[in-house]
Amino acid sequence: MNGECILETRGLVKQFNEFVAVNGVSLRVERGSIHALIGPNGAGKTTVFNLLTRFIPVTRGEIRFRGEDITGARPADIARRGMVRSFQVSAVFPALTAVENIRVALQRKLGTSFHFWRTERSLEALDARAVELLAEVGLAEHSDTVTVELPYGRKRALELATTLALDPEVMLLDEPTQGMGHEDVGRVVALIRRVAQGRTVLMVEHNLSVVQDLADRVTVLARGQVLAEGSYGEVSKDPAVLEAYIGAPA
Amino acid sequence: MSRLRSLEALGWGVLVAVGIVAPFVVYPVFAMNVLCLALFASAFNLLLGYTGLLSFGHAAFLGAGAYVTGLAAKTWGLPTELAVLSGTAVATALGAIFGSLAIRRSGIYFAMITLGFAQLVYFLVVQMSWTGGEDGLQGIPRGKALGLFPLDQQLTMYYFVFTAFLGAFFVIHRAIHSPFGHVLRAVRENEPRALSLGYDVDRYKLVAFVLSAALAGLAGSLKAVVLQFASLSDVHWHRSGEVVLMTLLGGMGTVVGPSVGALIVVALENYLTDVGSWVTVITGAVFVVCVLSFRRGIVGEVRALVARSFTGAGRKRSSSSPSSSG
Ligand SMILES: Nc1ncnc2c1ncn2[C@@H]1O[C@H](COP(=O)(O)OP(=O)(O)O)[C@@H](O)[C@H]1O
Ligand SMILES: [Mg+2]
Repeated sequence: MNGECILETRGLVKQFNEFVAVNGVSLRVERGSIHALIGPNGAGKTTVFNLLTRFIPVTRGEIRFRGEDITGARPADIARRGMVRSFQVSAVFPALTAVENIRVALQRKLGTSFHFWRTERSLEALDARAVELLAEVGLAEHSDTVTVELPYGRKRALELATTLALDPEVMLLDEPTQGMGHEDVGRVVALIRRVAQGRTVLMVEHNLSVVQDLADRVTVLARGQVLAEGSYGEVSKDPAVLEAYIGAPA
Repeated sequence: MSRLRSLEALGWGVLVAVGIVAPFVVYPVFAMNVLCLALFASAFNLLLGYTGLLSFGHAAFLGAGAYVTGLAAKTWGLPTELAVLSGTAVATALGAIFGSLAIRRSGIYFAMITLGFAQLVYFLVVQMSWTGGEDGLQGIPRGKALGLFPLDQQLTMYYFVFTAFLGAFFVIHRAIHSPFGHVLRAVRENEPRALSLGYDVDRYKLVAFVLSAALAGLAGSLKAVVLQFASLSDVHWHRSGEVVLMTLLGGMGTVVGPSVGALIVVALENYLTDVGSWVTVITGAVFVVCVLSFRRGIVGEVRALVARSFTGAGRKRSSSSPSSSG
């Protein structure tokens, strides 16, 4: 590791009643890298994302983003600081059109989001940028389609475009290729590679060939603990990792 | 799209025209009652239909508006407009207090907390002396509009209420179609996603709640002036339930649906008074049949029908570009 660390956790613990879902996880994500978090189902990957974005409170430990302690920050604040997450199941606004989905993300920086007396037309200024973002993920033709009508792969692409609309410094992607057909996976991998330029990506991914393709660094999680860390080549040969995957297949 | 727009504008024109001639067709007091409850239901719908929050305590705001307006007009002798504003202001303040405590919970817990607060208000109204207890607050003077036009004239009173209704209705319409309304829809559609995009979801819900409480309070204030009394039925939980019924019947999440629902419920209650307590049974039956046969409510179904006939399959909101499915 030579780059600067942008996101770091120290001894992160999350306990649900008796059950310890995340048990002393220390992560260092390097600025500008694509970092994969892998591990069997139930390892605690999504929980780590929930902790990083403050969706659930931390039991013990510390989270630092760009050197600042964000362990007690508000979830909405995390996004404003430049770290935006996606969800394991596609997170779109189903009854809104594709372009309206993007506008939700774009309108925040106008600073008029509490203005209930202002007309919606004031948002039309954002449409050009929204259409641009849609084009970037191959959805230009679908800008006026109500999102619920889009096939699953396209919904995930739309979700990514919405995240990009905030121009985040760090993107947290939770299983971006889950439930996708082969073609869609290829498209999303290419897309992630492209949008990762100049950003940091921390992603949970089950598809190991995607991880191999994309990740600069891999952390393996099992039963809430870090089992191994290194390049894909290194961790894929680690006997402990092999055992965890065979012992509890994903 | 533009055809759909002009159809919408036509719809608005018809509604305003109906509102203007209504007092010549039906009893003005009946029409005013409908307007007040239509406003109440529309305020409620801002929360249920556009924010996704089911409040089961909106009677508190209607009732607070009614009682405070009565107090201001009768005891303090304030001019009608100021009395109505006082009622609205108190309902707004209550909304801010209840809202900030209830908003942290969602679903059934949110509904129960709002119900609990409303019961608290009911209890206070029963206990305090100035409210008249079981008898209600009676003999509220209507006063004069702008200090000039006596509101004892039914028609003057009607247009006073109608003007306030239009103003409030415009506020609701505007709020729904504002940057704020856009965020509300996002919150309703997918709250965690809105949060992850950096929206402080609770604050948006709170503003919607306070806005809704304020308008519900205005409805109660107007009602007190029209009927010249405020009664326990305005703060009773029956009212909180009735407004859910009106909204679902007319179509939640549609702009005019709640008003249509209010019209139907008030009409049923008025024209079925002969059958006594069977009113409740009949309204209940109508409600069940409606919800079973058209889940989107009356206006919701009509709108879906119109949209479908305009855009073929009704899938796309505009016909700007042909879609190639992939
Ligand atoms: N809110 C919760 N309450 C109780 N247990 C939870 C909660 N969220 C996750 N868990 C448990 O924590 C463990 C890790 O879950 P998760 O982080 O979703 O795993 P994954 O690595 O598959 O994403 C699982 O055993 C899950 O059942
Ligand atoms: Mg998971």
